[in-house]
Amino acid sequence: MAVYFQKREVVVPGQLLAEGRYRASFGTYDDGDRIYSALVGLAELRGNTVKVVALEGVYIPREGDLVLGTITIVTGNNWKVDIGGPYLASLHANNALRRPYDDDISRYMDIGDVIAAEVIAFDRVTGPFLGMKGRGLRRLDSGMILEISPAKIPRVIGRRGSMINMIQDILRIQTMVGQNGRIWIRASNIEVMRLAIKAFKMIEAQAHTSRLTDRVKTMLEEEMANIHGEEMSEDMFEEPTDIEDSKESEDIAEPVELVEDEDTAEGEEPVKPEKSPKTEAVDEIKDDSPEDATEEETESEETETETKEEVSE
Amino acid sequence: MSPEVKPDSLLNAEGLRFDGRRIDELRPVQMEVGVLKTADGSASIRQGKTYILAAVYGPRELHPRHLTLNDRAFLRVVYRMATFSVPDRKRPAPSRREREISMVIANALQPVLFLEQYPKAVIDVFIQVIQADGGTRCAAINAASLALADAGIPMRSLVPSVAVGKAEGTLIVDLGDEEDKYGEGDVPLAILPGTNELTLLQQDGSFTREELMEAMQMGINACKYLHELQKDALKRSYSKKAPEGEDDDDEMDDYDDDLETDLGEADIMEDE
Repeated sequence: MAVYFQKREVVVPGQLLAEGRYRASFGTYDDGDRIYSALVGLAELRGNTVKVVALEGVYIPREGDLVLGTITIVTGNNWKVDIGGPYLASLHANNALRRPYDDDISRYMDIGDVIAAEVIAFDRVTGPFLGMKGRGLRRLDSGMILEISPAKIPRVIGRRGSMINMIQDILRIQTMVGQNGRIWIRASNIEVMRLAIKAFKMIEAQAHTSRLTDRVKTMLEEEMANIHGEEMSEDMFEEPTDIEDSKESEDIAEPVELVEDEDTAEGEEPVKPEKSPKTEAVDEIKDDSPEDATEEETESEETETETKEEVSE
Repeated sequence: MSPEVKPDSLLNAEGLRFDGRRIDELRPVQMEVGVLKTADGSASIRQGKTYILAAVYGPRELHPRHLTLNDRAFLRVVYRMATFSVPDRKRPAPSRREREISMVIANALQPVLFLEQYPKAVIDVFIQVIQADGGTRCAAINAASLALADAGIPMRSLVPSVAVGKAEGTLIVDLGDEEDKYGEGDVPLAILPGTNELTLLQQDGSFTREELMEAMQMGINACKYLHELQKDALKRSYSKKAPEGEDDDDEMDDYDDDLETDLGEADIMEDE
């Protein structure tokens, strides 16, 4: 029984990590009772499980992952969705719409639409299948998508969401972080949006350094103070008004539980969801993106279908 | 490049080679990881005057589709020489030699990759010889395995590779261009440093059984040294990216591959 690495040491493929009764996990392989690294990354020991945290890599789907994707093909009752990485995902209409639905499913979502979905099955024989029956899984109609390396996503989220919650809290933006390295951001104005992008890029560049949350926080607070100073007169940050479209209110009436039991791959401790207390604050932000008004008309049909379905769950 | 002249002798009276190396001495080797911005992983190697770039893309979707392997990823290696890499302009069309070396490199790298983890996908390795001065296939393997590691592709180990040759009856390690041309033979080999298994072994020229065994042993020793250089190059590229090092444990521990945390934000979506 011996461990041959320091905590969070940078290891290279083929490096002997441990010998004895240890368990090989992500980023490692075993040969008899010896465990070697299979990746360049940071070695970690949790209990008797040896793991290497990857620093690079493409997105490989896992069941239960939240992903953001772009629809690339619409077939009879399937959407093919680009979720990054080597595999094109399929989303069957039954997993997204409530029956009965129109034969022409492109009326609901069409090529080029960006969606938030969940990986419901992936076994390497049949490509990843997506579902949109969970809470908050929907077509994304405003905001923007930022792409970063999927290997850095755990850092963007932080332990129990500490990083992402901090960013949302300070910037008062809405985000969704897909495990496939895509982040959806909606901010109240361009300056804040740019700042959010800067923050995420900063996390990506410095993902394997210490005290990152503190540094990002300091940076954001300084920058926000600058923006505030310039635009104080518009007091757009202090305005907790604006009731969003009321037709959506039924959406929140009955929360639909989404996969509580995350398929925890080796080495990862399941963490129960923590409903962030900040969400109210974010909800109150005035959203002055002009599209909202115009889109309401065209979308109403589709959103209603989806909404009803969610409630019925 | 000046017109080539055949050196009078490849080995001098003191047992040194015409460029001053000992018989078991490598040319100066410099490896660098992460040299190309657009590739998922990349590396460069300078070995004497040989200069090679390797870029890795993937695993990604495989086109054309008919090449798909259902149980594992396809490893596609493309070895190309620049037109200006050799004294006489190399014609830019892919040559038979390039195709063969591509295959040989793919076969040398395949055993270390966990290709079965990415069925139906492709891992592309592009190797471009910028300047050729002997030993390009071995240098290419060294660079390609670094680039694969840099791309975050799981592998059993790095693959060091070197050529051993014969000049005037003496075995010499890491042939330069002249030694390759005017020597009596050449044995390129690549090993898995953990187990000393060979993943590449070719021979050109004639060797006795004893010479071949001796050549392989010399090659394995040189590969062990190259392996150290490879590990060093990889670690160097990542410590450069981490200026503050990985010192304290408490804060670094604060992230988790966790789904629920971000789904928690789904609450926010209620306004649309």
